Amino acid sequence: MTSKLPDAEALLPALAAQLKAAVTPASAMIGLHTGGAWVAERLHPLLGMKDPLGLMDIAFYRDDYAKEGLKHDPKKTRIPFEVEGRDLLLVDDVLYTGRTVRAAMNELFDYGRPRSIALVVLADRGGRQLPIEARYCGARIEVPASKKLRLKRAANGKLSLEFEDAS
Amino acid sequence: MPANPQLNANGELQHLLSIEGLPREILAQILNTAESFAGVTEREVKKVPLMRGKSVFNLFFEASTRTRTTFEIAAKRLSADVINLNVAVSSQSKGESLLDTVANLSAMQADVFVVRHASSGAPYLIARHVKPHEHVINAGDGRHAHPTQGLLDLYTIRHYKKDFSRLIVAVVGDVLHSRVARSLIHGLTTLGVPEVRVIGPQTLMPAGVEALGVRVFHDMRAGLKDCDVVVMLRLQNERMSGPLLPSAQEFFKNFGLTADKLALARPDAIVMHPGPMNRGVEIDSPVADGPHSVILPQVTFGIAVRMAVMSIVAGN
Repeated sequence: MTSKLPDAEALLPALAAQLKAAVTPASAMIGLHTGGAWVAERLHPLLGMKDPLGLMDIAFYRDDYAKEGLKHDPKKTRIPFEVEGRDLLLVDDVLYTGRTVRAAMNELFDYGRPRSIALVVLADRGGRQLPIEARYCGARIEVPASKKLRLKRAANGKLSLEFEDAS
Repeated sequence: MPANPQLNANGELQHLLSIEGLPREILAQILNTAESFAGVTEREVKKVPLMRGKSVFNLFFEASTRTRTTFEIAAKRLSADVINLNVAVSSQSKGESLLDTVANLSAMQADVFVVRHASSGAPYLIARHVKPHEHVINAGDGRHAHPTQGLLDLYTIRHYKKDFSRLIVAVVGDVLHSRVARSLIHGLTTLGVPEVRVIGPQTLMPAGVEALGVRVFHDMRAGLKDCDVVVMLRLQNERMSGPLLPSAQEFFKNFGLTADKLALARPDAIVMHPGPMNRGVEIDSPVADGPHSVILPQVTFGIAVRMAVMSIVAGN
């Protein structure tokens, strides 16, 4: 099954090439913990943006807190630039229901009013539950609902996409 | 083994009653989560929507300004609705029992009770009687425990010292009457601090305090030697004229933290105090306001720590 998945490493330069044409002087990038942060850490140096990369954990903005509580230790959100008036590239690894992206946009607006937000994902697996789409997408991958599509990072930093049984 | 009344069937924190008996993983979870909330409290919009629609009842059967206020700020920054009850001057004085007070608030659809009470164990009693979706946080009970103060002390130490595994920590003063000292000592030993000292006069040291895993000093200068962290405890006014102490002046001479005593600790030692301070009794003003003091940052960290505790228990 894994053999059908695209090579995450090969998707990165193609995604960076799409973004390159879109970067403006007002552009800045934010990666979503944890997989989106890995992707953003690889894309960011290729795009020559003047501000350092921002990293965000959306744990405090999740819509399933009432059901799930705070199960994992959230990471600290660090956005080392003014969000106000910026063209933000919001980077995640896998786009699925769209709920993470909604939470991320809610959190972003507590930092300021960006001029625009574009969603960048390494892979789109379909199954959206909210009206959210990626403007820049590395690959579209069919995934049965019984499976999870996960991004993994090896000790040497290499990224790979893998299927996991959904819990 | 009797079940820990703070944990649910999955071993998750359902109430915070005491640091004693909490596994290291849960302490770490609270401190890590608090670190993320500290990021929120540095923003211009210091609020997250996590506990929108939840109701937090501050139930203070004993006076408190700092603790009640920081719990209120914490709950508001989590978008919860906060109701402050100064019970000392309400129903209880009309004769209502503790559990009846709680049952009435429960009927008003409470989610979290933050309880301070002069009787040790009162929050345990409440925790045994609340509904499964309700959570109790101990904000200080008698001489027993003050877990969120202990946790914010641990957070402060970790913030400045990064690692617990090589520290010498001294807790100085009225250990006998201090719920803060008890909570902090349990936390420090659970997180692996190799040497915890308690310093104070014999009359203000609980019998058998060594059983908590601490070294006891009655000479402050000997006790402060090479310390990384010095935690001063408040000497409660009502004790000063009692039979346990000759006078406040005498106490200050022997156990007040002055610059020359602090010089015996490590050069990068931090000085903490849970507040409110008695300047000139347990701590000298130049030390309280000096470069080693982290007393005001403690208050700020207390908000993030209370946000972490509330959001963890209310989610379990």
